[in-house]
Amino acid sequence: MKSAKNHAIAQKTIVYIILIIIALLMLIPFLWMFSAAIKSDREVFQMQPFVFIPENAKWNNYLDIWTKIPFAKFVGNTVFLTIVVTCLQLLTSSFAAYSFAKLEFKHRNGLFFAYIATIAMPWQVYMVPQFIMMRKFGLNDKLLAIICLQAFSAFGVFMMKQFYEGIPNELCEAARVDGMSEYKIYGSIMLPLSKPALSTLTIFTFVNTWNDYLGPLIYLKTETKKTIQLGLKMFISQYSSDYGLIMAGSVLSLIPVLIVFLILQRYFVEGVASTGLKG
Amino acid sequence: MADQASAVTKKKGLSRQTKRDLVAYSFIAPNFIGFAVFTLIPIVFAFALAFLNWDGSNPITFAGFDNFKQLFSDTFFKAALKNTIIYCVGTVPLTMIASLALAIVLNQKVIGRGVFRTLSFFPYVASLVAVTAVWKMLFHPSKGPINNILYTYFKVPLEELPQWFSGGLVLLSMVLFSVWKYMGYYMVIYLAGLQGISSELYEAASLDGAGTWAKFRYITWPQLQSTTFFVVVMLTINCFKVYDIAIMLAGGGSGELTTSATVLVYYIYQKAFMEWKLGYSSAVAMVLFVLVFVVTMIQFRGQKKYAE
Repeated sequence: MKSAKNHAIAQKTIVYIILIIIALLMLIPFLWMFSAAIKSDREVFQMQPFVFIPENAKWNNYLDIWTKIPFAKFVGNTVFLTIVVTCLQLLTSSFAAYSFAKLEFKHRNGLFFAYIATIAMPWQVYMVPQFIMMRKFGLNDKLLAIICLQAFSAFGVFMMKQFYEGIPNELCEAARVDGMSEYKIYGSIMLPLSKPALSTLTIFTFVNTWNDYLGPLIYLKTETKKTIQLGLKMFISQYSSDYGLIMAGSVLSLIPVLIVFLILQRYFVEGVASTGLKG
Repeated sequence: MADQASAVTKKKGLSRQTKRDLVAYSFIAPNFIGFAVFTLIPIVFAFALAFLNWDGSNPITFAGFDNFKQLFSDTFFKAALKNTIIYCVGTVPLTMIASLALAIVLNQKVIGRGVFRTLSFFPYVASLVAVTAVWKMLFHPSKGPINNILYTYFKVPLEELPQWFSGGLVLLSMVLFSVWKYMGYYMVIYLAGLQGISSELYEAASLDGAGTWAKFRYITWPQLQSTTFFVVVMLTINCFKVYDIAIMLAGGGSGELTTSATVLVYYIYQKAFMEWKLGYSSAVAMVLFVLVFVVTMIQFRGQKKYAE
């Protein structure tokens, strides 16, 4: 009996040791980032001894980054893109998904098949012809191009449709009998019910748009149109040894995503978990 | 007169069904139009482009299979394909094992489970540019703390310190980085799978005197088969699409990659936007498509199998 108890304690200890090691591996790069952001170029790689916060911490790095590159412009562009893309994505895909899930109409299956057929198609396969088309439309070097590119994904429609199918049809039927129009049913019944699914879609779209690199790289050429990711990368290649400033910019670029993630974390986890179960 | 009346009723009857269709279409239209213009048409265009020669401005000429034939003798393409596959072969099993292990540990009753789960997600949501900048510092060949530790504590001679971001090691660095960045994501999928396993199975096994390893070997692993299958498929597809990680970790000042670090998507980008060989670029894209398509087909067949 006693040995069984010892065994259990030993097992618990091992579990905690593994957890702490993993947590450190996950955290160290972020701690390093925070620490390096306030160090001078001389201190940044100093290991013997390693100090987390140097004596003369250069908090100024967080201010200098805004004047050294048009960081405010990059932030503005990224915030604008992220908000517009997320709103459009939520609105148009929940709108379409309602129709696919709850209405009967001609060519329903055919239209939905178009979405399914492309869900496994990597964007990288058709990014070149897409660019040629956008250029024809005069969208090269326009923020609008990124919006067109990100806002109408098959994934959003797919996810919302799956959620709506879980809502009983009787709810819509009853509203129809009461003489409600489909728009009213969508707006006042379905939309409020779909908050969890909308939250999941929000966090995925937000994180993807905020962190996207290749899309903006292809389209946005003028410096004043660049996003944070492009701007930061540009800064890194220009001032590759200004580690303090690079890290300060990196920290700043992470904050909005981390805030949104921490607020909507539960939905993120649920979203990931449910895509896994469906597979 | 009679004709007119029947026409009216006919019109009325039609309009009812048509009205319903129109309402339905009005819901779909905003998304579908955007989707058709910016996704469907470019996809069709991509398939056609692979059989054409075009530089984006001069007249288009028909190429037949020339672009594909050229691929076979293109050493840079072969390097890109080889590197992409090596990267997959390294990343997929390691990420799978790491995320499964993490999920099993986090599935125990431990204090601060939620905090650990949140932490393991940080790398996934953090932007690539920021975290790769940190990795490049940590693994800096001459000044970074990793090589510093190797030098000070493991007595690795100065000239033998690993060059993490060039030559043969760059793919290893990419793999290690990807495992770090993505294990939290797949951990959640595994966690959902683990929670689906009935606790009675474990209780029965305990009564039979099964140890930790036996429980994993005969209950957890077989019960997680469909989850593992899904994780492996997702990971493989995502690995084929790798681009940013290579650019950020191994790219030169203007974002160029050498043969030791080049990947398929980089070559698509390079051929199209640097050399304007759109047809040839699309032929490379078709290779990427075929790779992803084959894996997706395997997934469909597997899904059927696990559904039964």
